[in-house]
Amino acid sequence: MDRLLNVMTVFSGLLLLFVLVSVRRAHIRVEYSVSWLAAAAALLILSRSRGLLEGAAHKLGLSDPPFALLLVVGCVFLIMFYRFSAIISKLRDDNIALAQRLAILEYHLQTLRDGRTNG
Amino acid sequence: MPTPIDSLLIIVPAYNEEAAVGGVVRAVRAAMPGTPVLVIDDCSTDATHVVAREAGARVLPLPHHLGLGGCVQAGYKLAFELGYRYVIRVDGDGQHDARDIPRVFEALRTSGCEMVIGSRFVGGNGSRPGAVRGLGIRFFRMVLRPILGKAVHDPTSGFVGVNRNALQVFSKSFPLEYPEIEALVVLQRRQFRFMEIACEMHPRTTGRSSITAMRSIYYIVHVLLGVFVNVLKFDQRGRRPATRSSVKPGKS
Repeated sequence: MDRLLNVMTVFSGLLLLFVLVSVRRAHIRVEYSVSWLAAAAALLILSRSRGLLEGAAHKLGLSDPPFALLLVVGCVFLIMFYRFSAIISKLRDDNIALAQRLAILEYHLQTLRDGRTNG
Repeated sequence: MPTPIDSLLIIVPAYNEEAAVGGVVRAVRAAMPGTPVLVIDDCSTDATHVVAREAGARVLPLPHHLGLGGCVQAGYKLAFELGYRYVIRVDGDGQHDARDIPRVFEALRTSGCEMVIGSRFVGGNGSRPGAVRGLGIRFFRMVLRPILGKAVHDPTSGFVGVNRNALQVFSKSFPLEYPEIEALVVLQRRQFRFMEIACEMHPRTTGRSSITAMRSIYYIVHVLLGVFVNVLKFDQRGRRPATRSSVKPGKS
């Protein structure tokens, strides 16, 4: 159990560090880093706080506290994947609308150019 | 651009169709002299737009590849903006017979239907799809029958004419991938009507269909999901008054 918790501590610490560096280098926008930072911090706290973890396991009806940690990890990442799917879907819709608008404007511009050339 | 009462635009979505699109444009222009032809180039990597221009079409060049739905919707948006009353879509691969366009246009003008589908199965013109595609078509016929309230023989046909009412709807909301089947459901939710007329379908002579055997399963799942999402997405504001007949008997 201790080994698993130590691995989770290192993993969440690295995740925290990686996200912070990514934000600093502008690879991730601040608003999209918040959920990663919150998830990493939650994992770090849970993996270092045995009492909290055992309490959570008891509430969830799990005999083994590390299972509670894995369950929390799974849930957190599922929620984040959903959130990012929603963001990507919106971005794709916006992107398609922009591409269509750009093409239509280019069409109008070409029509104007053709009109000038012919007239 | 003038927009008379019967103004028609023919749109040809095309992606890497340099071998076929020139012939399609010339055939359309021969069948419908004086009618503008718009090729929507879905960011082809070949000379599709050059060939289309040389054949006498106007070209709507998309800045990056959007897929069939996004490509067709761009054409619908432009047609709606320019005030066209009717739009007929013909695929850029040369499978549709341009000589059928006048009949589709006539049906659009006189039937009062919002959509007219050129069907390879109505009237039994002999054209048959491959085994996998044929199975898919039969499956979707069964799925769509209770949803649409009437039979549709060729739900995957890309030879489709729409009037301005449908154009308005599609310029705002149009399925992005494999749009033909979902588009029928989108119209049905607004109590719009459609009909099918018999049309010739030629076998593809150049390029390859985007729906390979491997992608057929993805296609079926994707379209099924899209159909049911559209059925659930009941937009009260978009519906017509209940006094209007929702379904007109198919003319075949």
